[in-house]
Amino acid sequence: MTRRTVRRLVNYLALGLSGVATAVGLFFLFAILWTLLRNGLAGMSFSLFTEMTPPPGSSGGLLNAIYGSVVMTLVGILIGGPIGMLAGTYLAEYGRASRLSAVIRFVNDVLLSAPSIIIGLFVYELLVIRMGHFSAIAGAVALAIIAMPVTVRTTEDMLNLVPQGMKDASTAMGAYPWRTITSVIYPAARSGIVTGLLLAVARISGETAPLLFTALNNQFWSTKLTAPMANLPVVIYQFALSPYPNWQKLAWSGALLITLSILVLSITARVVVSSLQGGRR
Amino acid sequence: MANTADGQSGAGRAPPSPATTAGDPARDTAGGQPRFSLRPEVGLKKPSGRVAAAGAGEASVEVSDGATVPDPVFSCHDVNVFYGAKQALKNVSVDVGRRQVLAMIGPSGCGKSTFLRCLNRMNDTIPGARVTGTIRLDGRDIHDPALDVVQLRARVGMVFQKPNPFPKSIYDNVAYGPRIHGLARSRTQLDDIVCSSLTRAGLWDEVKDRLASPGTGLSGGQQQRLCIARTIAVQPEVILMDEPCSALDPVATAKIEDLIDQLRGSYAIVIVTHSMQQAARVSQRTAYFHLGELVEVGETDRVFTNPRHRLTEDYITGRFG
Ligand SMILES: Nc1ncnc2c1ncn2[C@@H]1O[C@H](COP(=O)(O)OP(=O)(O)OP(=O)(O)O)[C@@H](O)[C@H]1O
Ligand SMILES: [Mg+2]
Repeated sequence: MTRRTVRRLVNYLALGLSGVATAVGLFFLFAILWTLLRNGLAGMSFSLFTEMTPPPGSSGGLLNAIYGSVVMTLVGILIGGPIGMLAGTYLAEYGRASRLSAVIRFVNDVLLSAPSIIIGLFVYELLVIRMGHFSAIAGAVALAIIAMPVTVRTTEDMLNLVPQGMKDASTAMGAYPWRTITSVIYPAARSGIVTGLLLAVARISGETAPLLFTALNNQFWSTKLTAPMANLPVVIYQFALSPYPNWQKLAWSGALLITLSILVLSITARVVVSSLQGGRR
Repeated sequence: MANTADGQSGAGRAPPSPATTAGDPARDTAGGQPRFSLRPEVGLKKPSGRVAAAGAGEASVEVSDGATVPDPVFSCHDVNVFYGAKQALKNVSVDVGRRQVLAMIGPSGCGKSTFLRCLNRMNDTIPGARVTGTIRLDGRDIHDPALDVVQLRARVGMVFQKPNPFPKSIYDNVAYGPRIHGLARSRTQLDDIVCSSLTRAGLWDEVKDRLASPGTGLSGGQQQRLCIARTIAVQPEVILMDEPCSALDPVATAKIEDLIDQLRGSYAIVIVTHSMQQAARVSQRTAYFHLGELVEVGETDRVFTNPRHRLTEDYITGRFG
């Protein structure tokens, strides 16, 4: 009787504590979102998408920064995605049990959790110093290096989900491994791989530190990959820290834009995943 | 115990059903399919081979241990398989006859699947697996470095325990093999191969209106027949089946068994089964495996009515396994 009471009390205590913890977490999450919405929505206007980042004191928009973010993210995923996919394919299919794969997996995990500022510094040494100036391509390379380990991991996981029986069936038909991979395994894992790529895009589209060291910023419209290029994270960083109210307002709007696009990407990825699981059932 | 075995095979071993024999010519004419023979020599050997194998096979069983048959499609000698340090097959020597079904029975883990995978070298894909001994397909060593394993697998098809259609349309599932081996020179030719394979697998009437829908949308039994259609689309010489009915209900099982009976007219079939009734119904020869060893092999009737080995007798009478 007493032991039962104690157990019940412990249970309630644990339940209560985890409830409080959840509430605290959610409170801050919603506080952040609320602040972001309140400050960001005020600055949302058509000119945000049509005008360049302004000098202090005058009005303007974020067009060059939005463009730069999209371009660098796309180029980054175009470089990092395929490399990551191929490496993930090697880990899941060709080198499943080899010692090399174990090493690659370990290094990939290290890269996955490496602080992005380190990657920014690395590309700074690698490209910026050699080219003699900041450039969009250096930014894209830094983003690619961040996207790569994410893609390696998700690709390997998704390929491992493809039933072995399906792979065996193709092998037993007399298909070479590459044929099996492209004709059977990739189609079977397609939505999972796409999800992984979307998550990688979401991950790199908010990165600030690596871009600070590589693409830096550009007040003007520029499409040259070899020149510095504006981008949302760095603009937000600079404008938010500035003393000028109009810059601060733009920074809020930019932050809201990034958050919304990452939200959309994540929801899309989730929908894709659940439809994938639905199809598997 | 001899009685039980007798009763089993007597009840189970139905003569080729009238439906089957009537269905065969009907299919060929009604379908109006140009009968593709991508390997004409296989088709040509058909009549003489069958008679010879059946006639002489029976005779040789009485004098030999039953492991050999005249003019075998596969002949295996002292095959050993190791998974790492563990030996899964020990000195297995057995022939697979043309145009007949060899059933492999035995308790779980005795090496039936392992032996099956030797025949199309699927053991190559298992890390740590090692195969020794000689396996000849039409007299040629399948481990000969000059022989392409891809070609071998085109000649030796495999149907798995769990139906495993590709995540593609029904049409593309069947067309997969012909495409990777470049068997069709035109779209119409490919259409013909797909149609005739599905017809021979007894699936055409059920799927002809939805060839473009995914193969994974079919029922389990239909999926398994789709996998059989996919296998025969490349005109193999031998079909290996690893418990093809164990995931199916009795009606679907009966359909597959009918199908095996028909396919026997053109292919050699090696089937692993846990159902002794099934072995008795579909096979002409039966091999009994025990702990990695081939204990006994011979005419199915003889093995079931008059097993020579104590282990075989115990297994088929249900005292073991
Ligand atoms: N990939 C593998 N790696 C290691 N050992 C294996 C592997 N596959 C099979 N074995 C072992 O080899 C032996 C024979 O296995 P096999 O799958 O051929 O048996 P089986 O007769 O097909 O059994 P079942 O009737 O259960 O399918 C078993 O002891 C099994 O543990
Ligand atoms: Mg097995």
